[in-house]
Parts: sequence; C-alpha cells; structure tokens
Amino acid sequence: MVLSAALFIIGVAGVMMRRNIIIIFMSIELILNAVNINLVAYANQVQNAIGQVFAIFVIAVAAAEAAVGLGIILAFYRNKETVNIDEMNLMRW
Amino acid sequence: MAESIAFYTLSAFILGFALLVVTTKDTVHSVLFLVVDFLFVAALYVLLGAQFLAAIQVLVYAGGIVVLYLFVVMLVNLKRPPEEYRDPRRRSMLGIALSVAVLLELTAIGLYSRSYPAPALAAGAAAMPVTGNTEQVGWLLYTSYLIPFEIASMLLLVAMIGAIVLAKREL
Repeated sequence: MVLSAALFIIGVAGVMMRRNIIIIFMSIELILNAVNINLVAYANQVQNAIGQVFAIFVIAVAAAEAAVGLGIILAFYRNKETVNIDEMNLMRW
Repeated sequence: MAESIAFYTLSAFILGFALLVVTTKDTVHSVLFLVVDFLFVAALYVLLGAQFLAAIQVLVYAGGIVVLYLFVVMLVNLKRPPEEYRDPRRRSMLGIALSVAVLLELTAIGLYSRSYPAPALAAGAAAMPVTGNTEQVGWLLYTSYLIPFEIASMLLLVAMIGAIVLAKREL
C-alpha cells in the first residue's frame, strides 16, 4: 500500500512540476501503475482474482489513453512546434 | 522472509526508477527508465501471484506503450529544449504544494481506514471451477465481467480510430 501511494505521489508530482507534456503523460502512466499495484495487492490479500481482472481493464484504458494522447501531441506539435505546456494556450479564454 | 526481502528490493527499484523518470532532463532517457520501471512492476506482480497480469504488463506496457512513446519522442525532435521557456505566470511551488496535499489526503484515508477492520469477503472464489492464475482471470473475464470486457474492447477500437484520425495530416 505504501509503495503504491508513494508511486502515486511521484506521478502526481511529475504531472504538476514538469513542463514537457510527454513526461506528463509518462507520469500519468506511473499513476495508473500505482493503482494496478494496489488492485493486485488486494487481490493477493483476499485470494480472489477479481482485482486482477480490474487491473486488466485499467491496462486497456491506459493503452487507449496513450494512443489518443500521443496522437493529440503529434497533431499539436505539427501546428505549434512545441511540447511545452506553458505555450499551449490555444484554448485560452 | 525471502518474500519480504524481494518485495522491499523491488519496491526500492520501482520508486527509484519512478523518481528518475520524473526528474531526468532527457526525454529519451526518461522513456528508457520507464521501461525498466514497468519491468520491475511486472516482477512485483509475479511476487504477488498474478503471473498472467505480469505477462500482460510486459507485453502491453513495456512492449507496446513505451514503443509508442519512443516513436513520439523521436518524431518530435526538438530544436530547443522544452524546459527553457518559462511562463512567468506559472507557479511551480503550487505544484509541489498540491502533491503534498494529495499525500496528506492519502495518509488521512489510510489512518482513517485502519481503525476499521477489513470486511470479510464473500466466498465467491470458491465457486470457481478452475485453478491456476490465467484460468481464473479468464474465467472471471468471460463470465461475470463479460460486458465490461466487451466495452473495453469497444473503447480500444474507438481509441485506435481516433488516434489514426488525429495523426493524419488531412482527412
């Protein structure tokens, strides 16, 4: 549990502090991995495979999210030539 | 005893590589550290008795997602390092403060839930007609969780089409 929480915190800190959007996406992957570790640990603790099934769903959603997110990064890079989130202000109000 | 030693060693490696992923300047190095981190997480899954999930982790994460990241990092070859430009309105300390706030919340939840004993789980696993990790996961996936399984497959299909549409230059 403590390991999972620590990994989660590292992921959150990465999202908050880095300016390269690719590294932010990798931090999100770390967060999802922390959640998976938690699910598998509970599945091990209660001797039940349901947690592992949900971890598989989390992996599937993470794969979908990575594909779409990286597609968006590529489209954005083609337009603006940057991956710095501080310069991403197209949707500014 | 040996199990706990292995657990703590793996945990130390996972946390160390996660820190390296977040702190390294070079994006390619960061992706490579991410691969090593995922492999250590897969080893942890084996330790926790989830062999099938460990295989999925290696195949999907270390094999698929990370290659995708590497492709994007290579395609987006930067003429100037992205960390150079700093928005004067950006508040870096706010990020650290928010991370600490999340940490405090998790600690509070952990302390709060410790005062309650874990509820005894219904013996649903006893009805399972198969043994072995992969068989168990597959049995659950195709009986109790069939509809979420199908929805996940639809989600993957939609994400695939969406990624193609986004990455195409013009339709």
